[in-house]
Parts: sequence; structure tokens; C-alpha cells
Amino acid sequence: MTNSIHDMGGMHGFGPVEEEENEPVFHTAWESRVYAMNRAMGPLRLWTIDEGRAAQEALPPSVYVSASYYQRWLLGLERRIQERGIAGADELEAGRSLRSGERPNRIFTPADAEELTRGSFERDAPAPPRFSAGDHVRTLNINPQTHTRLPRYARDKVGKIEAIRGCHVYPDSVANGAGEDPQWLYTVVFPGQVLWGEDSDQSVKISIEAFEPYLIKE
Amino acid sequence: MQLKAGSGICENFHYVSNLIESGTIMTSDGDHSHDHTHASELSDVQVRVRSLETVLSEKGYIDPAALDAIVEGYETRIGPHNGAKVVARAWSDPAFRVALLEDATAAVNDMGNVSPVGSHLIAIENTPAQHHMVVCTLCSCYPWEVLGLPPTWYKSAPYRSRAVIEPRKVLSEFGVTLSEKTEIRVWDSTAETRFMVVPMRPAGTEGWNEVKLAALVTRNSMVGTGLALKPEDVA
Repeated sequence: MTNSIHDMGGMHGFGPVEEEENEPVFHTAWESRVYAMNRAMGPLRLWTIDEGRAAQEALPPSVYVSASYYQRWLLGLERRIQERGIAGADELEAGRSLRSGERPNRIFTPADAEELTRGSFERDAPAPPRFSAGDHVRTLNINPQTHTRLPRYARDKVGKIEAIRGCHVYPDSVANGAGEDPQWLYTVVFPGQVLWGEDSDQSVKISIEAFEPYLIKE
Repeated sequence: MQLKAGSGICENFHYVSNLIESGTIMTSDGDHSHDHTHASELSDVQVRVRSLETVLSEKGYIDPAALDAIVEGYETRIGPHNGAKVVARAWSDPAFRVALLEDATAAVNDMGNVSPVGSHLIAIENTPAQHHMVVCTLCSCYPWEVLGLPPTWYKSAPYRSRAVIEPRKVLSEFGVTLSEKTEIRVWDSTAETRFMVVPMRPAGTEGWNEVKLAALVTRNSMVGTGLALKPEDVA
């Protein structure tokens, strides 16, 4: 899902940013369990991080904006569990396992939690990068029905390559179950006026992390 | 995505409607305080989370003790105190500063006294001419390893929508007023690269050791919605 509510950059009407004083890491115990379940299931490689994002993006917009952050994580996890056939809706409703099934060979252990580092998304490059720092590029005007990481506000806009970040797993492919299809990743910078018009603040620049297939030479 | 009967997704939406009707789903991300005020016993969401954990545990997919360890890690070891040590070192050690700006993952892992960092951390340095600010407009990407889990405001619709279109106004709501000549550079975390801001070292801290300096480095100053504290703020 691409042109959905999760793509919030530049939208109006959400009100002021409200900071909570002395905010705890988790507000409730259930939030911490939802987070930890997501973390513990990740290394089992039953789905990718982008499929996880896509599951939340597919929530109806009204649900997406009215659910709290960890409620969205819960809904996304419940959905993937069911889609992968790990548990059925009847089992989630019953609160216990009603059927036996295939068990994973290895699960996330307390010892694994001693080092909670991110995995790497960098991969060997199938070809040299097409762009260099300093090149001007135009982002594509795309509106796929499937997952993408090119935000709407930065489509069909001219920017400048600032840095090459290596060759990474391509979300637009892996989220659709079409394999990692590694692509070069660039930091692309846009003047605020290119994105938001002549009247916008001239002292602002915005960058996105853009995969090579999003870009054409300007 | 199409809704198909029997796919589990409709059941999921049924769950969602129950959550909304029961008042468990709130009208804003920041409204956590009302989470459990409506329920006499366990709220729907608590029941659901408990069910999910029990089912996944019984089926052999999770070890509840590992969940405890993950939660404990984020409540104790992993948090913005790590990032503050990194910044204090960068302020104190010119060679480390260069290494950090070159390859933050490697530089942080070489420090030894902060929890380890995986791929792919990028440090960006504020100067009088340029102020950096980080957002994830599409979800909530954040450098967990050096800053811990993001605060609610970072994940909220107001911040995600406004940071890229009116960053100066957003900064003013955080009490940050910059010179009009200072360029504001907003980094939208749209991939698996993760950004931490190295704020400017405050005046009047000459000769301070790293421990004392780290106490000036707030979480917000490393996201770019704040500045480092001044010596008088911690006196």
C-alpha cells in the first residue's frame, strides 16, 4: 500500500507536537510485551522488516490514525501471524493454542537479548552505482499499489545526490515477496522550495534516502 | 490489499472495531493515560496481547523469558545515555569526531563503553551555519541502539507530517529558536540508514571531562529538536 495514511510528510491538520515530560520507555506492560514479541519474532525470518511495515500500512486509514503506536504493532503482528498460518483467529480469540503445528528450529533466547543490535541490510552490489555525489537527479512519479519508500512529497522532484550509502535490500521488492533485489541507496537533498513551493522557507533543505530505481538523471 | 473472508484479515478488523467501540483505541498517539480507565478488569488490548503471547509461546515461537530480557534491555542498558557518551567523546577527542562522522557504526563500536551498534548508523554534526533534524515520515525509524526507543511525539502524526514542511515552527514548539541565517536540514529516514545528530558543544564547558559533558546531551539534542544544555542548566 503506498498512497496511504502512513505517508504523512507535509500533511496538515494534525495539530501541535506534544512532548510528554519524563516519558517512560513503555507506558504500560502490554506495550512492552508487544514490542518484545515483535523483536523476538523478527530473527525467525518469517517475514522481513518491510513486510512488517506493509502490514501496518494496509490498515484502514481511520484505524491507522486512531490506533496508538503499539496498537498498530499489535494489529500488524496479529495479521502476519494469521497470514503465515502460525495461529488462527480462533486461537487468538481463545487465548491458547488449539492445534499443533510446525515449530521453528531456533527461537530468540534470553541470551540473544544481551546484544540487541540491528541486522545489516547491505548486500553485495550487482553493478556499480549509476550516480555520484553532486549529480542532479529527478525522482520518479510513481504510485504503486504495493509498498514503496519513496514518499509522495518527494516524487517527480529534482534534487542532488549528497552521498552514496551502499547497496541495500530493496523494500519495494522484498515487501512483495519478490526477493531482496539489492539496490544502491543515496541521500538525495531537495531545497524546501522545490518540495513546498516558492513561498516556503528558503533556509530549509530536506533529504530522503532514495533507492536507485527511484531516480533518473536530470 | 483486498479483504477476503476466511483470510484472517476480516477477523482482524472485527477485533479492531471492538477496540474502537470499547474505547481501547484512542483518538491520538499521545493519549496513553486513558488506556485503562474504561475497563473494570483487563482492557481488551491487554487481553489480546496476553492471548497472542500465550499462543505464540505454546506453539514454540517465543520464550517469555526472552521477552522479559528484551524489555529489561530497553529499560536499562539501551537508551539516550549511550548517545550522550558518543557526543561527549566527539566533543573531547578530535580524532574520534572525524571517525564518527566518517563511519558512526564502527566508531561507536570501538568505544567499548556503550552498547553495541549494528548497521547503518550515520552521525551528522550541527554547526552555526547548519542545524540537523531527523524524522521518519513513513513510520518511526530511529537509532534505537544509541538513543533507545523513540518518544511518543517522534512517532506521532503531528511530528511526522510537519517536520518536513515547517521544521522551523516545529522547532519553536520545542523551544528552539535558531538564527534565520542557519540552514535547517531535515533528514527523512526513508531507508535502513539511521541518523543521530551531534549537537554543538555549549560555551563555558572548556576543560570538562566526558562524564560531565554527557550530562548536557539530551535525547532531543540528538534528534535535532533540542540543543545541548548549557552549564547553568545543570548547575
